[in-house]
Amino acid sequence: MEVANVIDEKKAKFMTPFEGSSALVDARPELKSEADLALTEIAVPTTRTEAWKYTRVGKIVNHDWNISPSTAGDIKEITNLDAYRAIFVNGIYDATKSNLPNQAGVTCQLLSEASDALQQMGELSDHNSDWLEALNMRYAQEGMALSVEANTTLDKPLYIVHYTDNTNVAAINRHLIQVARGANAEVIVHYVSNQTAKSFQSCVIESFVAENAELQIDKIQEEMTGESYIHATEWTKQARDSRFNIRTVTLSGQWVRNNLNIRVAGENCETHLFGTYMPRAKEHVDNHTMVDHLVPHCESNEVYKGIVTDKATAVFNGKVYVRLDAQKTNAFQQNANIVLSDDAHMYSKPELEIYADDVKCSHGSTTGQFDEEAVYYLRARGIGEASARKLLVQAFIKEIVEAIGDDAVREYCLNRLEERLDQ
Amino acid sequence: MAYEGDELLEEVTGKEYEFGWTTDIETDKAPPGINEDIIRLISSKKNEPEWMLEWRLDAYHKWEAMVEPEWAHIQYEKPDFQAISYYAAPKQKKQLNSLDEVDPELRRTMDRLGISTEEQKRLQGVAVDFVMDSVSVATSFKEKLAELGIIFCSMSDAIQEHPELVKKYIGSVVPKSDNFYAALNSAVFTDGSFCYIPKGVRCPMELSTYFRINEAGTGQFERTLVIADEGSYVSYLEGCTAPQRDENQLHAAVVELVALDEAEIKYSTVQNWYPGDENGKGGVFNFVTKRGICHRKSKISWTQVETGSAVTWKYPSCILKGDHSIGEFYSVAVTNKVQQADTGTKMIHIGKNTHSTIISKGISAGKSHNSYRGLVQINKTADNARNFSQCDSLLMTDTSGAHTFPYIEVNNSSAKVEHEATTSKIGEDQIFYCLQRGIDEEKAISLIVNGYAKEVLNKLPMEFAVEAQKLLAISLEGSVG
Repeated sequence: MEVANVIDEKKAKFMTPFEGSSALVDARPELKSEADLALTEIAVPTTRTEAWKYTRVGKIVNHDWNISPSTAGDIKEITNLDAYRAIFVNGIYDATKSNLPNQAGVTCQLLSEASDALQQMGELSDHNSDWLEALNMRYAQEGMALSVEANTTLDKPLYIVHYTDNTNVAAINRHLIQVARGANAEVIVHYVSNQTAKSFQSCVIESFVAENAELQIDKIQEEMTGESYIHATEWTKQARDSRFNIRTVTLSGQWVRNNLNIRVAGENCETHLFGTYMPRAKEHVDNHTMVDHLVPHCESNEVYKGIVTDKATAVFNGKVYVRLDAQKTNAFQQNANIVLSDDAHMYSKPELEIYADDVKCSHGSTTGQFDEEAVYYLRARGIGEASARKLLVQAFIKEIVEAIGDDAVREYCLNRLEERLDQ
Repeated sequence: MAYEGDELLEEVTGKEYEFGWTTDIETDKAPPGINEDIIRLISSKKNEPEWMLEWRLDAYHKWEAMVEPEWAHIQYEKPDFQAISYYAAPKQKKQLNSLDEVDPELRRTMDRLGISTEEQKRLQGVAVDFVMDSVSVATSFKEKLAELGIIFCSMSDAIQEHPELVKKYIGSVVPKSDNFYAALNSAVFTDGSFCYIPKGVRCPMELSTYFRINEAGTGQFERTLVIADEGSYVSYLEGCTAPQRDENQLHAAVVELVALDEAEIKYSTVQNWYPGDENGKGGVFNFVTKRGICHRKSKISWTQVETGSAVTWKYPSCILKGDHSIGEFYSVAVTNKVQQADTGTKMIHIGKNTHSTIISKGISAGKSHNSYRGLVQINKTADNARNFSQCDSLLMTDTSGAHTFPYIEVNNSSAKVEHEATTSKIGEDQIFYCLQRGIDEEKAISLIVNGYAKEVLNKLPMEFAVEAQKLLAISLEGSVG
C-alpha cells in the first residue's frame, strides 16, 4: 500500500502545475471526465508495461515541470522555409510570430476557437487507456485546427513550431487536421528548444484524411544543448483512395517517444512511413508505429533507419495489423540500424499481426556496423577515414531524408545532420 | 482418391484424434490439489533425499507468490491448480529386464503409439525411456549405453543413483523461480528423463523418450535434464501423444540442457498432444520451459515440430555463455481448428563470437492462431556475435491468424543481427503449376507445405522425419479450399 501511495503522490505532484490549463477540454466536459478518470485509474507506465519496456516514463513524472509564459526572444526555426507559420513558444500560441493561411477553402485557426474541430477532438486518440495521452487530453493548452475543403490544395505548407526556451517548462498541445475529399495538405511540425531549455513537450495530432485526399506530415525533432523530453503522438484515419505520408526525423533529444497510429479505414489507400534517428551521448529515442489495416486492397510501406552511438538508446517497435477483412493487403516494414559503440543499445521489435489470408506482408530488421569494405574502398581512393565514415552515414540516412518533399526542410535536415556528424 | 469441394477439408478438419484412447491400469493417485503435504507425499513416494524435498518446497513457496503470465497471444480458461492431481503412478512397478516383462496392457499402448518392440527392432539404435503417467516403466539399451559410461535413466532413478550430478545441474539452467510454470514444475515434478554423456563420448544412438498423459485429470510435470560433458555429442528425441479427454489437461514440463566445453546437443521434439475437439474442448495446455546453456565452443540445436495441443506456450532457448558457442532453433508449428500457439525462442548471446540461427515456419489453418515470439539479445560482452532469424507464416484460411513478435536487443557494436519475416498464403500460381501437371490440389498443397517446411524437417533425425511428415499431412492436407 505504501508504495502505491508514494506513486500516487508523485503522480499528483507531477500533475498539479498543469491544473490551470484545460483550454481545449473545457469545451468537451465528457472528455474531461474521461481523461480525469484515466489519469486516476491508470498507473504511470513502467518498464513492466509492454509498450514502455525500454523507455522510462519516470524520467518525466519524477521531475517538476511548470507551465511557464511565452518569452519574447527570437525563436529557432527553418528561416528560409516558404510556409504559413503557427508558432508555439513554451506551449503558448504566439500570434505575432505566426502567419496563418488566408486562402479560400482553407480554415486555419486555434483549436480552442474552432467549434467543429473541438467536436471531433478525441475521436481517434486513446485518452481512455493510455496514461500519457490522457494527460495530453486533460491539460492541452492550445493547438491548431486546420481544415482544407474539398478539392483544395493548401498552397504552402503549414509550419508548426513547438519552441521551448525555459527551464523545467512543460508544453502540452494538440492539433486537429481535416483534409476533405480530393484536397491536399502538407504540414511540417518542428520541435525545437534553445540552448538552456529543459522541457517536456507533449503533442497529439489527430488527422482525418478524406476520400482521395492527401496529407503529408514532416516531423523534425531536435534540442540544442539543453534537454528535451518529447512525447509526440499522431493519430490518422484514412478514407478510401487517400494517401498519407509521414516522415519523422529525430536529430537529437534527451528523451523522445513517437507514437504513430494509422487507421487505414478505406479501400485503395496508400500509407508511407519514414523515420530516422541518430541518438548519441545519453539520448533516448523510441519510435512506436502502428498501421492498422481495416479494409482490403491497401498498401503500406515503412522504413526506419537509425544510427546509435555513445551511451544512447534507440527503440523501434513497428506493428502492422491486418484485420480479418483486409484481404489483398500489401504491407512492408523495414528497420535498419547501425550500432557504433559498445555502450549503445538498440532494441528493435518489428511486429506483424495478421488475421486475413490473402495478403503479402513482410518485415525485416537488421542491426550491424559499417561495411568495412566500403570504408576501405573510399580510403583507397584518398578519402580520409573520418570523411569516409561520414559519407557512409549520410548515404545510409539519406534514403529517409530524401523522402521529405519540401526542399528547404530537406536541406535543413541534411545540414543539421552534417553538423552533428562533424561534432 | 478424388475429393469434391470441401469434402476433404471436412474429412481432415473433422478427423477425430487418432491416438485418443485410454489404457486401463490401476493407478496410485494423490488427491487433487497442491499444498506442502502433497509435495511431501510426492517426495516420499519417490523416496527422495532431504535436499530434493527442500528444493521442491522452496520452489513451491516461490510459485505461491507468482501470478500466471498473461502476455502471450493466447486465450484460454486458466486451469484450476487445486483441481489437478499432482501424482499418479502405475501401481505395478518392479525391476524389469526386458520389454517382454511389461504389463501387456502397456505393451498394447506402446504398439498403438508406434513404438512397439517391432518398430524398435526396425529402427535399431533407438533407446526408449518410456514415460507413462510420469513414472518410467521400461528402459532399453541401458546396458549398451552403460558400457560407454552414458547415463540414461528416469529422473527419479538419477536422484537416487547420481545425486551429485542432479544436485549440481538441476535448476542451473531453468531456476526454480524462472517463471510460473517452471516453478510449479520444480515443486511437483514426478518424473522425467536424465541423461549424462561423459567426456569425449559420442552417443552412438538417438536417445528417445515418449511421453503420454494417461490418467484423467492428472497433469503431467516432467523434468528432463541432459548434460553433455566436454567434447561429447548426443542427439535426443522427444515425442508426445495424449489420449482424448474432456477436461483440459495441463502439461508443464521443464527441459534443461547443459553443453559443456566443445559438446553438442541436438534436441528434437515432435509434439502431438490432443488438440481438443472442433471447439478446442478438452485439448492439452502445453506450457513448457526449455532452455539450454552453451559453454565454450559448444552447440545446442533445438528442432521442433508442433502440431498438437489446444494451447502451446513454449520457447526453447539457448544461453550462449561460452565463447564460440552456437545456438540453433528450427521450428515448424502447425495449428488447425481453434488451436493456439505462441512459440519461438530466445537466443542470449554472452560469449564472444557466438552464433545463432532461427528458422521458424508457422502454418495456420481453420480458426487457429499461430504466433512467433522470439528474443535475440546481444549482450555487451558478446563481441562479433551473429544472428540470423527467419520467420515465415503460411495462412491456409481467412479465419486463421499469423503473428510475429520478434524482440531484438543489441548492446554491442560488433554484432550483426538480421531478422526477416513474411506472411502470405499458398501461392495460387504454385498450385496452378502443379494442377497443370496433373497433380491434384490436395497433393499440390501437401507438396508445397512440405517444401515450405523442408528446411526444418531436414534437421530432424530420420526416425522422426517420417513421423513429422505424417503429422503434417494429417494436420493440414486439404485445409485450403
